[in-house]
Amino acid sequence: MKLDVIFRVAAKIFIPFMLVFALYVQFHGDFGPGGGFQAGVVAAAMVIFYAIIFGLDAAQKIFPPRIIELMVPAGVAIFAGVGVASLFLGNDYLDYSPLMHDPVHGQHIGILLVEIGVLVTVAGTMVAIFYSFIGRGR
Amino acid sequence: MISANLPALQVVLPLLGAVVCAFLQRGVYAWGVALIVTATMPFVAAGLLIQVMDGGPISYALGGWAPPVGIEYRVDVVNAFLLLLVSLIGAIIMPYAKASVEKEIPADRQAWFYAIYLLCLCGLLGMAITGDAFNVFVFMEVSSLAAYALIAMGRDRRALLAAYQYLIMGTIGATFYVIGVGLLYSMTGTLNMADMASRLGGIESSRAVLAAMAFLTVGISLKLALFPLHVWLPNAYAYAPSIATVFLAATATKVAVYLLLRYFFTVLGTVFAQQSLPIAEIVMLLSLAAMFGASIVAVFQENVKRMLAYSSVAQIGYITLGIALVNQSGLTGGIVHLFNHALMKGALFMAIGAVFYQIGSVRLADLAGIGKRMPITMGAFALAGLSIIGVPGTVGFISKWYLVLGALEHGWWWLAFLIVASSLISVVYIGRLVEVIWFKPVSAAAKRAKEPPLSMLLPTLLLVAATLYFGFDTSATAGIAAMAADWLLVGAR
Repeated sequence: MKLDVIFRVAAKIFIPFMLVFALYVQFHGDFGPGGGFQAGVVAAAMVIFYAIIFGLDAAQKIFPPRIIELMVPAGVAIFAGVGVASLFLGNDYLDYSPLMHDPVHGQHIGILLVEIGVLVTVAGTMVAIFYSFIGRGR
Repeated sequence: MISANLPALQVVLPLLGAVVCAFLQRGVYAWGVALIVTATMPFVAAGLLIQVMDGGPISYALGGWAPPVGIEYRVDVVNAFLLLLVSLIGAIIMPYAKASVEKEIPADRQAWFYAIYLLCLCGLLGMAITGDAFNVFVFMEVSSLAAYALIAMGRDRRALLAAYQYLIMGTIGATFYVIGVGLLYSMTGTLNMADMASRLGGIESSRAVLAAMAFLTVGISLKLALFPLHVWLPNAYAYAPSIATVFLAATATKVAVYLLLRYFFTVLGTVFAQQSLPIAEIVMLLSLAAMFGASIVAVFQENVKRMLAYSSVAQIGYITLGIALVNQSGLTGGIVHLFNHALMKGALFMAIGAVFYQIGSVRLADLAGIGKRMPITMGAFALAGLSIIGVPGTVGFISKWYLVLGALEHGWWWLAFLIVASSLISVVYIGRLVEVIWFKPVSAAAKRAKEPPLSMLLPTLLLVAATLYFGFDTSATAGIAAMAADWLLVGAR
């Protein structure tokens, strides 16, 4: 525990930037490379990084497995929910145009929400897989 | 609003149901949700079928993007029939599932089991409904990944190996499919199936298109377990939980067969018709090999689920034989056998699932004399078995009748003879089962058996009743199958 002090300090510096980078990739996905999947992977990498440096117990205190498991369906629920919302607004499934006052704005908000759903599911799934691998035999 | 959005609802409702099941985390609640969702599915599918029969094909632009560019859900007679079949089977299994799942799946996994079941249903319905070649792949992966997980939940540790084997084979199949689609995309510049078909004019005999056809045929054949690409199937069906076996045996391979139909007759119809590759001949040979080879292997199985799994490989041979005949009667036989085989194999696996529920074994030796303890279940089993043989008055006879007609229309009397001869082998294995179940002294394991709860018995009897009903009144099944065959053959000309 004494020898990894450099890792611990470095991790504390890195982790906030990893989260910010994940959100940057997420919201920049509308205009450039990026999107929910990549952002989810970066966010999950942050959790995995934390767990490697500080141990699984510390990571599971901050990101409880129960919450992680709920994130998996929650993201799909957001994705499918956006589609159902456009159904109820009288358009085809996943047609985002009616979500806001004008179609362009609606398309923007729609894809943003869908990508957030992707972020939640991908991050949740990656961390859940990591937890189940690392938790074997404990 | 509802009627216009039926194509989307067909896929979205199971997806939402899966999400809710995963949130609930309690087996009983998840079962309730799955029950409601699967019960609405046949109504959605029936609504689609009625719309299609009245007004021709339906096109649904997903996300409001117009078809050739956006993803199109396209429903015609062929896939409306299949959607109805898959939804019906998915719904009939659910009442049966509760008792069986409580017995076979650990309590903390039951909710996940139902979630995955609904995801698998969503994937299969999606594969059937979409008119976009790449979207098919996406749904194929959804249904296949869900199917691997369903199989791996079996109590037997061999289920893990079986699921892994299926994973490898299924992934190879899916990869071949994508390679085929990629080649077609490079030649036509479109992923929409109808658009693809129209743009293939003039380049039917280019090497890339022929390679695409070969890749698609092999890839889809892996998924539908065409002999000799069936090796994943027996173990997967034998060691999966009973519910998963019933569901996959009745639906998963059928949807893959539909894809084969769709590519042979609609997308690559012109390529298939000009016969620069002897695909129909190859498929016919392999179908015959399946009908005889897999039936003979089935005779020597000691595990009843494995025996029925090999019988499935043989029965799939009949379906693909109908496709390979490429005439109206043959295709009708193949398509109606899709439906009929789903009914009878569903009934057989349900009856065996009830046996497993009661005595925890499906070994032939343990089933000795069980007919005396579970007369209703085993009576249903025997009737469904008669249908596999193709006894007149059951659905199996109807399918084989059309297949024989199709063979005779070509003047191939030898093929008609082979169809009948292969049925004789199924007499042997079904006869062996019936003999052990009814006429052997009661085994130690079978002594504990009694009739399963009504929730398991009634769905089984319902399916058996359907195999008898549609054996007499063929206007619904064979009628729609004939319409579908006409529809497909127009595309191939």
